[in-house]
Amino acid sequence: MTQELATSAPVSTANALELEDLEVEYKVRGAWKKVLRGVSLSIAPGESYGLVGESGCGKSTAAFAALNYLPRNGRVSSGSIHVAGKDLLAMSDADVRTLRSTQVSMVYQNPTSALNPTIHIGDQVAEVFTLQGVGGSEAQDRAKAMLQKVQISDPTGVMGRYPHQLSGGMNQRVVIAMALAKDPTLLMLDEPTTGLDATVEAEVLDLVAALRQEFGTSVLFISHNLDVILRMCDKVGVLYAGRVVEQGTVDEVFHNPRHPYTVGLLRCIPRAGARKDQGRLDTIPGFLPGLGETLPGCVFADRCALVQDVCRTDEPPLYDVGAGHISRCHFHEQAQDLPRNTSPVAVTEERPAESSDRVPVISTRNVRKTFHQDGHEVRAVEDITFTLAPGETLGLVGESGSGKTTLARLLLGLTTPDEGSVVELDGVPVAGAIGKRDREQVRSLQIVFQNPDAALNRRFSIKRIIGRALTMLMGTRGEQLDTRLRDLTHSVRFDVRLIRAKPTQLSGGLKQRVAIARAFAGDPKIVVCDEPTSALDVSVQAAILNLLAELQVKNDTAYLFISHDLGVVRYLSDRIAVLYLGRLMELGAAETVFGPPQHPYTEALLSAVPHVDGDERPRIKLTGEIPSHADPPSGCVFHTRCPRYIGDICKTEEPELKEVEPGHFWRCHYDVDELRTLQQSAPETRPEIGVSGGQRGAEPPV
Amino acid sequence: MTASTSDLPGADPILAGAVRPDTTSTEERAAQRERLRLLLRSKVFVVGALIVLVWVVCAIFGNAIAPNDPFATDPLKDLTSPNGTYPFGTDRVGRDVLSRVIVGARDILIVAPIATILATVFGTALGLVTGYFRGAVDNMLSRFIDAFLALPTVIIGLLAIVSLGPSRWTVILVIALVFAPIIARTVRAAVLQEREMEYVSAAQLRNERTTYILFAEILPNVMGPVMVEFTVRLGYAIFTVATLSFLGFGIQPPAPDWGLQVFEHYGLISGGYWWPVLFPALAIATLVIGVNMMADGIAKAFER
Repeated sequence: MTQELATSAPVSTANALELEDLEVEYKVRGAWKKVLRGVSLSIAPGESYGLVGESGCGKSTAAFAALNYLPRNGRVSSGSIHVAGKDLLAMSDADVRTLRSTQVSMVYQNPTSALNPTIHIGDQVAEVFTLQGVGGSEAQDRAKAMLQKVQISDPTGVMGRYPHQLSGGMNQRVVIAMALAKDPTLLMLDEPTTGLDATVEAEVLDLVAALRQEFGTSVLFISHNLDVILRMCDKVGVLYAGRVVEQGTVDEVFHNPRHPYTVGLLRCIPRAGARKDQGRLDTIPGFLPGLGETLPGCVFADRCALVQDVCRTDEPPLYDVGAGHISRCHFHEQAQDLPRNTSPVAVTEERPAESSDRVPVISTRNVRKTFHQDGHEVRAVEDITFTLAPGETLGLVGESGSGKTTLARLLLGLTTPDEGSVVELDGVPVAGAIGKRDREQVRSLQIVFQNPDAALNRRFSIKRIIGRALTMLMGTRGEQLDTRLRDLTHSVRFDVRLIRAKPTQLSGGLKQRVAIARAFAGDPKIVVCDEPTSALDVSVQAAILNLLAELQVKNDTAYLFISHDLGVVRYLSDRIAVLYLGRLMELGAAETVFGPPQHPYTEALLSAVPHVDGDERPRIKLTGEIPSHADPPSGCVFHTRCPRYIGDICKTEEPELKEVEPGHFWRCHYDVDELRTLQQSAPETRPEIGVSGGQRGAEPPV
Repeated sequence: MTASTSDLPGADPILAGAVRPDTTSTEERAAQRERLRLLLRSKVFVVGALIVLVWVVCAIFGNAIAPNDPFATDPLKDLTSPNGTYPFGTDRVGRDVLSRVIVGARDILIVAPIATILATVFGTALGLVTGYFRGAVDNMLSRFIDAFLALPTVIIGLLAIVSLGPSRWTVILVIALVFAPIIARTVRAAVLQEREMEYVSAAQLRNERTTYILFAEILPNVMGPVMVEFTVRLGYAIFTVATLSFLGFGIQPPAPDWGLQVFEHYGLISGGYWWPVLFPALAIATLVIGVNMMADGIAKAFER
């Protein structure tokens, strides 16, 4: 592999994709800016190659360039592209189009926008065959066969539906079916599972892996998620500022990284089991160099703790560090001794042991919310009861649609809960609607939203955003306001010099710091964090998680932390609540919930997550889709997908939320010892129950 | 206290490079300059703006520019065809058509913009309220607006003028009243999107009053559509002013209003006297076209 990269001889083997010293430029305001700086990679037939890196590194540009499908303002300025041995840059436009339509397929992040909303699924898939000259009914038959291959259990039914009638995971299967229908030489997947739930992601990844075996297709897999790359790829290239800085087999690169950037990336992720009281996460200092910046030396020099003078002047060559593993670092031997950017000392102080006996800052009883939709009752949140102690973090997990965000909005008063719901702050019941709460109550409960772009008014300066919160919540004015503003920005590590900027001028991480500063402006007792890092790169995520952990200790703030990333939740949470269809399925200390015995749903959720550490548990496949809130299954709402399904009792009787161990609650007919025994081995696979959830009548074996 | 971050334990130098501080101020200016550049580079906008500028100059300095007194009648020279002395000819009482067209720009350029501004202010407020509250308020107002819009403008105009008496202010009021709901609809659509943005929730979580949320938080974010709507409606307003005058319900004689001039002379066209009708009609047409061209340019520049 290394030789292939090192030599510039014309390709003799028919590698599925071969990029040689590829340079790509974008024209921005009249000037050409370099985006890819000499990318070389090759994907052998049947091989799966992963491309990782933070956003803005050029991952997608590399994929588009491989098809010579750059935006209007882009061009390949030098280098070569060979697809299946053919020189793409020497081809006529017509030939390139033919190549794209016959040999290369691409799957994008958002399946819903990749499908035509006005055409039946069946016709869209059949079109691929029609283009190959296959006639009407045969094309339909082949389309059906293809949908079967991507494990859609009811292909005939699905073919007659429109994309909006299917879930995201289903649509992605359809897109994959279309991509594979022409039996491509090369399949490119650009963040194919980023928008999907962990359980669905796991299914889609399994599917891609299985199909790759079957079709022998070469794959270029683009992802920011190292775990996904580890699971899906043979080889990996780490892209930084438009240059492959390290490349090798996934095992080599992830377990023996030889470039400081790779080392830094790996350290940013909360590894399986990492917790805030065991140590801070490491971060990567600084920022990606600007588009087209001239970088005479190593592209990573500005952010590298191992940097020497030579790094700034001489571009490192490709060092072969053995077994096809190459690194572009002058000091690749020392890469793993990269000094930490943050001190490893945990920020968490010893919390008083009796903390759980203190008056809870928030407690809820029977919180429920019913939405009325076209005459239907949709029960988004059902009967939620929990408490949160001062300074404690309660992690809230569950698939999308499980009611996590609705619950948060109910507590905040942004959505008014149903009659009979009780929310108490410091032991005092509060009004359901925010408008009826007094200032004290409003300021004690704040939120950090997922998307800082939407959460910060884009017309306001940072100063106005934070200042207004201080004035409204604390009555701070005049000179005092300036002082408090300074303190607050300082505590979230936001450079006070940027205070006059507008949100659109800041990076995602900085915007989220502003949002955090605003949430802390009123000295709150509880802060809801609704997926605060899911829009951020891993290195920025680590910095934000460190900040949240630090602020919590400093201010004794309780967090309700919502995330779909179980590693992140585990890192920050003391206790964890698992939601499914608006119901609390399990609640307990983080360590208890994350290990057996656990609720079958939690078990399935956890097994879906791939880990860089290779702590691979037997995968439990959740069959079928999440049932609809409007028509939840009878009995236990999870029975339609449950891997530990008992029998009729699950269908007829809804289990109570019971305390199975001190402080550990779940909603399941099993008791703790039964599940402990059962969960020593993976469950037998249940036959498919059907595509649409909540479907009754399908009789699973007892 | 100092704002230096480097002395913090584990300070993360993310800040150091942040947005490079030097780009902070320039970037915003660059965005504004970009918008202006787009406008000025758009031929449609520039041509439209030049046409409108000509009429604005006429409106302001009309009396100085006009070669003759636009009100001076001369029964001996009535309906003179265009010639060297009277390039646009004279009307049925011998007044200079050119002078009347020049001075006539004033009325329409006072009435139409005032009416449009009123309509925009009122319509924007209405759109903010209906879009933000949705529910019953929105339903009631929306149905009312629908019913209102079902009536032709002219009918509403006639009703108002008959009951209030014809005057400049009646015309302004009628146009403002008719256009406000149309503007409200566009603004409402924009507000429906904005209200789902979390900065609105964040404002509620500071106990902000609804008026603050509407006018300080949401309004600046919907100014783009409001601007576009204003320019588009201005074109329609000009046309409506002319229509009402033509029907005799707007500005009253002997004002040199364009619509009025067409009204006073269109009966004479069959006798071959085309000039007292054609030139005021052309004036109306060029002004409307000019404003619409500007509206096009602005709409393109405000597109994200």
